[in-house]
Amino acid sequence: MKAKVYVTLKKGVLDPQGRAVMGALKSMDFSEVSDVRIGKFMELEINAASVDDEKKRIKDMCEKLLANTVIENYTIEIE
Amino acid sequence: MKFAIIVFPGSNCDHDAYHVAKHVLGQEADYVWHKEVSLKGFDCVILPGGFSYGDYLRTGAIARFSPVMSAVVDFAGKGGLVLGICNGFQILTEAGLLPGVLMRNKGLKFICSQVKLKVENNSTPFTNQYKPAEITDIPIAHADGSYFAEKDTIKLLEDTGRIVFRYCDANGQASDSANPNGSINNIAAIVNEKGNVMGTMPHPERACEADLGSAGGLSVFKSILRGFLK
Repeated sequence: MKAKVYVTLKKGVLDPQGRAVMGALKSMDFSEVSDVRIGKFMELEINAASVDDEKKRIKDMCEKLLANTVIENYTIEIE
Repeated sequence: MKFAIIVFPGSNCDHDAYHVAKHVLGQEADYVWHKEVSLKGFDCVILPGGFSYGDYLRTGAIARFSPVMSAVVDFAGKGGLVLGICNGFQILTEAGLLPGVLMRNKGLKFICSQVKLKVENNSTPFTNQYKPAEITDIPIAHADGSYFAEKDTIKLLEDTGRIVFRYCDANGQASDSANPNGSINNIAAIVNEKGNVMGTMPHPERACEADLGSAGGLSVFKSILRGFLK
């Protein structure tokens, strides 16, 4: 199966990259943009029998390595 | 006294740390490859600066799972002195030995420059040779040095004297203009609750000989040595 993991900055955590991209968009006349937040997208190929069991393991991967929960949230999608 | 300099793939300030321990302090020092599992016989562990694992995923995120890190956690748990410099600081936060996280600099640029630091706590094992509120000169060299932690954590650090160095101007004021990277409260270095683990973004090992521009970092290593000799 394939798992998609999205890691995003928590609300209130400053994102200087997002702010720089927003500044560029505004300078290109995309004035409707009021905020940009940059995150990470990871695609995992997984050999597992049960989707439910695997979800728990991917959550564990996120907590331990894929995200830093001091500043980041994560969401998991399984295909 | 014997220093362990941990070497991760991508460490690049390991030789500077070794040079200070061995040739400036005149003590024993050994490099310890990250695959080692024991720190037996060492009195102080230094996690040097650099770009362990190419900073992939997040700075320090992968190095923190290197085999040697279990030994570092044990060593710190028994009260041993652990000094993390720059990437070493990032690894210590990822490992949970220090709170918070080092984020991308506010200005997005890699900054390599000499900065002024105020010694906020000179009673730690790493700063006992500084005068109270001394202003010192130590260089920084990082892209991810903006210290962030939740409000409660910052308050705890402030209230318990765990902020060791703060970026300041020539008068010792921790002003916004003296803050190179956007760190909360101008935080440049902190210690753990017991005081035996310090993380610092500035590089004291690059400031130990006046001939090389500044000797403002030497007191960090003299402090460590003094604690050992006592």
